[in-house]
Amino acid sequence: MKSDITKVSTHISPNEQLIFERSQTGRIGYRLPPLDVEEIPIDDIVPPQFQRDDDLVGMPEVSEVDVIRHFIRMSTWNYSIDLGMYPLGSCTMKYNSRLNETVARIAGFSDLHPLSEEKDAQGALQVIYELQECLAEITGLPGVSLQPAAGAHGEMTGIMMIRAYLDRRDSEGSTSKRRNMLIPDSAHGTNPASAHLSGFSVKTIRSTSEGLTDLDHLRELCSHGDVAGLMLTNPNTLGLFESNIKEICQVVHEAGGLVYMDGANMNALVGIARPGDMGVDVIHLNLHKTFSTPHGGGGPGSGPVCCTSELEAFLPKPLVIKSGDEFKLDSDRPHSIGRVKAFYGNYGMMLRALSYVLTHGYDGLREATEAAVLNARYIAHGLVSDFEKPFDGAPMHEVVFTDKRQSRKGVHTLDIAKRLIDYGFHPMTIYFPLIVQGAMLIEPTESVGRQELDQFVASMRSIAHEAVENPELVLNAPHSTRIGRLDEAGAARKPVLRWKPKAKAAD
Amino acid sequence: MLNAIGLNTPDDLFASIPVDLQLRYHLKTPAALSELELLARFNEMARRNAGAERTSFLGGGAYSHYGPTIVDHIISRSEFFTAYTPYQPEISQGTLQAIFEFQTLVCQLTGMEVANASMYDGSTALAEAVLMAERVTRRSKVIAASSVHPQYLEVVRTYVQHAGIEMQLADFDKESGQIDNNLSDRIDEKTAAIVVQSPNFFGCIEDLAALSALAHSRGALLIVGITEAISLGLLKSPGACDTDIVVAEGQSLGVPLSFGGPYVGLFAVREKHARQMPGRLVGEAYDKQGRRGFVLTLATREQHIRREKATSNICTNEGLIALAATVYMETMGRQGLQEVAKQCAQKAAYAARCIQELPGFSIRFKGPRFNEFVVRGPANASQLLRKLAQEKRIDAGIALSRFYPNCENDFLVCVTEVNTRDQIDALVNGLSNA
Repeated sequence: MKSDITKVSTHISPNEQLIFERSQTGRIGYRLPPLDVEEIPIDDIVPPQFQRDDDLVGMPEVSEVDVIRHFIRMSTWNYSIDLGMYPLGSCTMKYNSRLNETVARIAGFSDLHPLSEEKDAQGALQVIYELQECLAEITGLPGVSLQPAAGAHGEMTGIMMIRAYLDRRDSEGSTSKRRNMLIPDSAHGTNPASAHLSGFSVKTIRSTSEGLTDLDHLRELCSHGDVAGLMLTNPNTLGLFESNIKEICQVVHEAGGLVYMDGANMNALVGIARPGDMGVDVIHLNLHKTFSTPHGGGGPGSGPVCCTSELEAFLPKPLVIKSGDEFKLDSDRPHSIGRVKAFYGNYGMMLRALSYVLTHGYDGLREATEAAVLNARYIAHGLVSDFEKPFDGAPMHEVVFTDKRQSRKGVHTLDIAKRLIDYGFHPMTIYFPLIVQGAMLIEPTESVGRQELDQFVASMRSIAHEAVENPELVLNAPHSTRIGRLDEAGAARKPVLRWKPKAKAAD
Repeated sequence: MLNAIGLNTPDDLFASIPVDLQLRYHLKTPAALSELELLARFNEMARRNAGAERTSFLGGGAYSHYGPTIVDHIISRSEFFTAYTPYQPEISQGTLQAIFEFQTLVCQLTGMEVANASMYDGSTALAEAVLMAERVTRRSKVIAASSVHPQYLEVVRTYVQHAGIEMQLADFDKESGQIDNNLSDRIDEKTAAIVVQSPNFFGCIEDLAALSALAHSRGALLIVGITEAISLGLLKSPGACDTDIVVAEGQSLGVPLSFGGPYVGLFAVREKHARQMPGRLVGEAYDKQGRRGFVLTLATREQHIRREKATSNICTNEGLIALAATVYMETMGRQGLQEVAKQCAQKAAYAARCIQELPGFSIRFKGPRFNEFVVRGPANASQLLRKLAQEKRIDAGIALSRFYPNCENDFLVCVTEVNTRDQIDALVNGLSNA
């Protein structure tokens, strides 16, 4: 019998079943006021053939405190920014200010219906307009739409704008021959996927041994008259600023194409340099990276698009404009690519991002960038003696290392990442960018101080020593978590994607 | 720290940026505000949103519902809202288990077999469903009901414009408000899917069982979009009507209106199509000791592996909003979800009964309804609504002329459990005196 006893909680890593396994028939966790209108037979409202007949069997039946304990216990299994450094390269895991959360919950915004008349939503439209203005100034690109819901959504929007612009410029609506989108081999996977969604073929540009775009290869690809554009991340995903950016843009422009910049790495540039000044035509920003809106365990994001005045006509509609003292939704935009989302985008994220911009001020924005780059440079400096740094260039806000030295002992990037968990840190981004074997991409952001950076460097160096002295320790990590490494291959082979009620055993 | 890495000034950090590209002036964004100043400024702007303070009967894709207070408390836990995508399962089991429960709840609510970890919203989920139907059937035409939310149709049009998919619109029946009966003639061997919304934009419930039979008889899929997820507490699930892809806006499940977002898109399919789905999926997995956990799975469909051959370019889900919907569904539970739906239907029926008694007013469509209905008034609806807003502080509905021509006198009214009888009576009174 003893083996059947399950501890409710160890207070450190509590057990918790699925809510469906906790469910007790008849238990409730809510209360509504009684119906205050005359009730008529439900069949008179909805004919029986259109009604549910399963009594929602399987839906949980739990009390309020059941729900609270369920989620609070589960929450203790998560790492989070508020626990410590979260150095995921390319993800910009910076502190999410509580003030921004308060702003987003002001009733005048959170209770506002999106189909309220313009006159009744002037404050909400003003927020959109002001954020548009700030992002235009930060990027040096005057046209802005906040409608895209995420970075990849912004990419799709920007690439569709390029296509609409080219179709109009080259052939006034008939099919243009420019159907190739150039993308560096170091790019995020969303870039080729977004280009494909907009009907483009993808041509891959090589990177040089310095980790920069290969200009000669770019020139060659641009010499056939079929290039629609280039999608470039800058600083690129190796953390390096593309110093030839002006020339890169020039080559693409001379070939008749446009330049799209993936703004995932804008945390290295805000207040320092502007994509518009570099020759970029259109960019998306990630409010959930650079502008500190919370990642929420995978979203919601927000992916505004900023563009040159030439491309402005093609932005999604409606666009928020100012006319006199009034803010308006402009839907009369005949060249627009159309709408990419119902209503106006992830509005709650815009409130938080504007709050971020206003609390930092122009000087604070620049200081944040300086600190982000300084922190990454400090880590690069601290780790170079123990880990292979594949590129010599000075990194911006993130730095890439590899497992080349450790792999001689059979210890790989995945093992180093898992062992870092035992040291109390969230691992860095691993195996990205794809062109670097065993990549470890580290982005500390501005939200860590020197003490924590020192701890991180010391932890990494300690793991490097363990990889030599005691590789088994690293190979079997993590040792401190509630659960060990999970069999991901097995999970994909026979996927179990939902809970199902157990068939009743025969009595 | 600069000295420790051999630099002298912050400017040295940016030496790789050509000098002529470096900003020589401060950004022309505002100077920093303190907390007090910032809150005062946003509060001032919030006060200029008169719409947030009125008694509201606005629906049309975004709904006022009661959300238990614990929803916001739970999603405000740092461990949930400041976590990243759960790529490291050993320290992300909270997020992963919550998503697994979300997937299960969505399956149960929609009557489907597999649900993903969420999409941006209902409109983009619908667009992704259309792209998926093309992948599954390898056919290039979809027929969408013109009674699908007009903004959803706009989004689908944007998504399919370069995908080689033709979208045709099917009319609604002027009597019933449901999709027109002559639909059958238009479905041919090129048709990938029929797309309907139920309840549709006019609030009318579509006959999904008949539509799926029709679609399947021609080798096409049935895609059902739902903007009012609460309706599923009362209405037959699309899964029980043999629907192939169900997408829904999850905002009604405990998510604030927040001027249109962030919301959460639900996306559910048949098991046989799971590998054609867009978006993230969480599945069960075990460690070496045999302990149960959860991981992101079937990632070979996704952009970070498949790049341009991926099923979608989507990367984020709406994790935190999906969590809110999960907490909502679990707190309301089997009984609560049914009671909310019942109250919505009863209160809307009461409001419709009262309004159609008024001289000059009628309910435009005869089709069965859930909690929204179109009212035909005696005069221009926009002016009528404006008058009620100004004089009675009631947002009585959405003028249909904003979306459909030749509907000047029509407006869409939505009633939910948060509207009290007093509010409904005030609406009826206001209309009768307008």
